[in-house]
Amino acid sequence: MNKNLFARLRPLIGLLVLSIAISWFSPRFLTTGNILNVLRQTSINAVIATGMTFVILTGGIDLSVGSILAYAGAVMAALLAAHLALWAGVGLVLLLGAVIGAVTGLIITKGKVQPFIATFVSMTLLRGATLVFTDGRPITADQDAFASLGQGYGFGVPVPVFIMIGVLGLAYYVLRHTRFGRYVYAIGGNEQASRLSGLRTDAIKTTVYAVSGVLAALAGIILTSRLSSAQPTAGIGYELDAIAAVVLGGTSLAGGSGTIFGTLIGALIIGILNNALNLMDVSSYYQMIAKGAIILIAVLLDRKRDA
Amino acid sequence: MATPAAAPILEMRGISKQFPGVQALVEVDFRTFPGEVMALLGENGAGKSTLMKILCGAYPKSSGEMVFKGRPLELKGPRDAQQQGIAIIHQELNLIRELSIAENIFLGREPVTRAGNLDWKRLNAEAQLLLARLGVTASPRTLVGTLSVGQQQMVEIAKALSFDASIIIMDEPTGALAEAESLSLFRVIRELRDSGRSVIYISHRLKEIFEISDRITVLRDGRRIGEAATADLTEDSVIEMMVGRRLTEQFPHVPAVPGPVRLSVERLQNRFTRNASFEARAGEILGVTGLMGAGRTELALALYGAVPRTRGKVLLDGEPYAPSSPHEAVARGLAYVSEDRKERGLVLGLSIRANITLPVLKRFQKLLFCLSGRGERRAAHAYVERLAIKTPGDAQLVRNLSGGNQQKVSIAKGLITAPKVLILDEPTRGVDVGAKQEIYNLMNEFKAEGLAIVMISSELPEILGMSDRIMVMHDGQVTGVLERGAANQEKIMRLAIGLEEGTRE
Repeated sequence: MNKNLFARLRPLIGLLVLSIAISWFSPRFLTTGNILNVLRQTSINAVIATGMTFVILTGGIDLSVGSILAYAGAVMAALLAAHLALWAGVGLVLLLGAVIGAVTGLIITKGKVQPFIATFVSMTLLRGATLVFTDGRPITADQDAFASLGQGYGFGVPVPVFIMIGVLGLAYYVLRHTRFGRYVYAIGGNEQASRLSGLRTDAIKTTVYAVSGVLAALAGIILTSRLSSAQPTAGIGYELDAIAAVVLGGTSLAGGSGTIFGTLIGALIIGILNNALNLMDVSSYYQMIAKGAIILIAVLLDRKRDA
Repeated sequence: MATPAAAPILEMRGISKQFPGVQALVEVDFRTFPGEVMALLGENGAGKSTLMKILCGAYPKSSGEMVFKGRPLELKGPRDAQQQGIAIIHQELNLIRELSIAENIFLGREPVTRAGNLDWKRLNAEAQLLLARLGVTASPRTLVGTLSVGQQQMVEIAKALSFDASIIIMDEPTGALAEAESLSLFRVIRELRDSGRSVIYISHRLKEIFEISDRITVLRDGRRIGEAATADLTEDSVIEMMVGRRLTEQFPHVPAVPGPVRLSVERLQNRFTRNASFEARAGEILGVTGLMGAGRTELALALYGAVPRTRGKVLLDGEPYAPSSPHEAVARGLAYVSEDRKERGLVLGLSIRANITLPVLKRFQKLLFCLSGRGERRAAHAYVERLAIKTPGDAQLVRNLSGGNQQKVSIAKGLITAPKVLILDEPTRGVDVGAKQEIYNLMNEFKAEGLAIVMISSELPEILGMSDRIMVMHDGQVTGVLERGAANQEKIMRLAIGLEEGTRE
């Protein structure tokens, strides 16, 4: 039990060690302003990584999240430009994300295509669709109400942080306390046995990709709001940050085990890393190398515990 | 062959093994002589696997010593054991399906030419030589994935021979073999013995043990209970050694009070079965047997909605029944407990509780989709009690249970759906003697409660011992249905190999 607890707290311990080390080098790191900054920067990845956690728990992978984000952002900006009400626009865009995810899910379950390939196809198609839709140019989205989603504050805390907490809390509840959550773990643990236990595995898996699609679309809305415009090339490479957060959080890529709490820690580690490298004035080229190296170390340390 | 005069080739003395919280082995002595087949027996959890894993270098021992070929043996790992001449053939074979026989045999130590390229000619020639010694006719270039399980086992044995192993450990080698394949395996085992090697043979099938072994070592609860020449033992005395008590009766059959027909199948057809027709009644056990590949499991899966059917009429309690998925089958009142509990029955990484409640999770849903932890615990607990699943608690992961207890969890998953018809596919495969008894007693209870039980089994004694009626299949067809009183091994075999068509319902 104690050993088990330690293993589960490992990502958290890593996060703390990393934070202490960084505050040693950069006194600015542990200021309230900077911490809120880190949280705001983390929020988009954390929201995407939450959806990714569902997908990876079933033993799948979703490469299309970055493209869904860009497409959703562009549609959101266009809807606002067409003077659609904010709530209606947000609702429509989230629905769009769900539909895109569900279609990808159907390609995987009914078309029997591997998740890597199916989501890679969605990723490519949607990036193209976004470029066609925007004609390769940013769409401005600077209406006041909309801007508050990404730029606003409540009680001195950035709005995206509240959104992130809400999404994580809901996901935690779903995975921990609902039937759907249990099914997600069961399918990741043994899909065939789950099907033979009477679970509608295809429907559940399709739903999981829809969840990932909704959350990617939500991330797209936040990002568009924060930048006051939808960028056609937004979100490139975001799928890798999300996957890295999930894996750093201790979720098994084989499916069946992992937690939302872990994903939060993983997203924070990546967020802090980006922030710290900026604070320390590391050039963006070296940042990538540093990030890769630290993720490698974290994952290797994690492997040790399985051995 | 009695105790050989020569010195033992292997002696393990006072071997103990401690796992966190568990003493798996307590000062176990084990020895084997050159040129004999030593059977290692014990219930699941008795310590057989642990002892063998220490012998083949997979686990370090906590204390004790080993002497191999007259010299102290200290193993650095499985590869070290292999090179010293101790080979193990696991129940789940360790072969790469996409590679050829020869590539598998010499994996990691392929012969190379002077230029450093793979020496295909030598690779295949040497593999051919090994295969010939085992009487295997397949070409060494054949892909392993295309071989039958029995042939794959021969490849594993060839691999052991290529290391010039003097001890070959076989863990449940006949578990997935058809009758004929078992026979040729036994022939090879005898040849290995006659060439001076010792074979350590682990199996739950007592019949085989008496057929093939020279001596028997029995473990129970991590201790060695005894070692004796097979000729000096009887099945009953061995069972007594294994379970530590006398079993009243191997097959506790109770006479059936057949009720109405619950399941009626007429000319069911799919890719694997042809024209299968039969009935299963409330309060009876219908035994279904046949050789490997006769289509028994496929028939069950078709009834369970897991594989599509192309034709046929099925009635469940008189109502038309044509499920398109297991989901629908469960809802209609048919449950299927798979023969392969690890791959198709259980989610090993989930708890006992989560596994048992998985098929009926909806029952425990409360406000806001929240699952009732208390309700789940209560339900799971009831089945843990009823099926006497041995575990410290129902939060235990299924992965950590013994085979017999895993099987009980698998059965509990079927029962919790409150089925009218319960199909048990090889319900006692890989289950130890004590748990077997308990499973038989449970089947009798279900029967008394009015369930129609369809028991698929390859074990003829089990079929004859527990069934009220026996249905025999051959090549996808039902070749006959026998009443309990009229059935015997010979009649069943004749139907199973398709020699004659028996009475049909």
